[in-house]
Amino acid sequence: MANIIEQLDAAEMERLAEVKQVPEFGPGDTLRVAVRVKEGNRERLQNFEGVCIARKSAGIASNFTMRKISYGEGVERVFPLYSPLVEEIEVKRRGRVRRAKLYYLRGRTGKSARIAEKKDHKRG
Amino acid sequence: MRSGVIAQKIGMTRLFTEDGRHVPVTVLKLENCQVVSQRTEDKDGYSAVQLGAGTAKVKNVTKALRGHFAVAKVEPKRKLAEFRVAPDNLIEVGAEITADHFVSGQYVDVSGTSIGKGFAGAMKRHNFGGLRASHGVSISHRSHGSTGQCEFPGKVFKGKKMAGHMGAARVTTQNLEIVRTDPDQGLILIKGAVPGHKGGWVLIRDAVKKAIHPDAPLPAALRASNEDAPAEEAPAEDAVAEEVVAAAEAQAEASDEGKDA
Repeated sequence: MANIIEQLDAAEMERLAEVKQVPEFGPGDTLRVAVRVKEGNRERLQNFEGVCIARKSAGIASNFTMRKISYGEGVERVFPLYSPLVEEIEVKRRGRVRRAKLYYLRGRTGKSARIAEKKDHKRG
Repeated sequence: MRSGVIAQKIGMTRLFTEDGRHVPVTVLKLENCQVVSQRTEDKDGYSAVQLGAGTAKVKNVTKALRGHFAVAKVEPKRKLAEFRVAPDNLIEVGAEITADHFVSGQYVDVSGTSIGKGFAGAMKRHNFGGLRASHGVSISHRSHGSTGQCEFPGKVFKGKKMAGHMGAARVTTQNLEIVRTDPDQGLILIKGAVPGHKGGWVLIRDAVKKAIHPDAPLPAALRASNEDAPAEEAPAEDAVAEEVVAAAEAQAEASDEGKDA
């Protein structure tokens, strides 16, 4: 019975994956996410550049959390991975981290919120 | 008035629309939903169809019900339910209703047995506020407060909202939107939640509070060929079923009559 749900999700994910390519990324990576934003009846792409601090893998309900410091204020945003509004995800920099969830970054700013770059990534 | 269907709740998931909105959907499955018996104005004083769904093991079906299914020449069903229909919308016994009985964008009412919560307090059961966390309240933070007045009336009124058994009752959720149907797999995707557990049986009807969708098939969307039907069914039944489908299409075109009915 749960099988039917899985099939439906798989079909939906396949349909959405055709439209957009999701690169391999994980927590600690610096990403640039292009989001479709509607202003009145004009649509444009808005970029959100920051650090991915968490990923949730749950089939079609998968999402990832981004964090950035904007004008001195911490901003976090959760993006549904398969949403058509998330037009493009670009990995800017890979980070070397030892946790899956980087919630410890929330209490930090500046020097202590740095993440070292991952050097020996397989893909280079 | 058109017949509804009996479906089984499979679970929930989400879909994304092209403009980026996400739609939470409940997946319901139609399984061998056949007409088992008819109620007619002459015989019973009202017109309705009795539908059966699912498949029951023969050994678990009582002799009386086995006889009932044998008369209809259908396989034993797990669940039986009656749907009131207009006399013109009666469906032949043995005809199987398919998922395209409902069209996307249509509104439906879904009835089911809600998830049982057992003995629940007044806060959970009736959304009471409870008592204060401090200021002298002792051991009764989640209790209901007063239940009445004074020496007059000197009793607690009947129907007073208090703690007690909650859930496991028949609940109808109205005006849910059909998002998509899949007649091949027998799936109906409905926006939002429907009452009951996964695996529970629910009854889906056209919404009472909305006009019937112009594309909704009348009297019902039926499976054209009787391949899945039990072998003892006479070939003559095939012709009848096809006739019904043809009639349904003809009626769907002249849908004005159907709306009044």
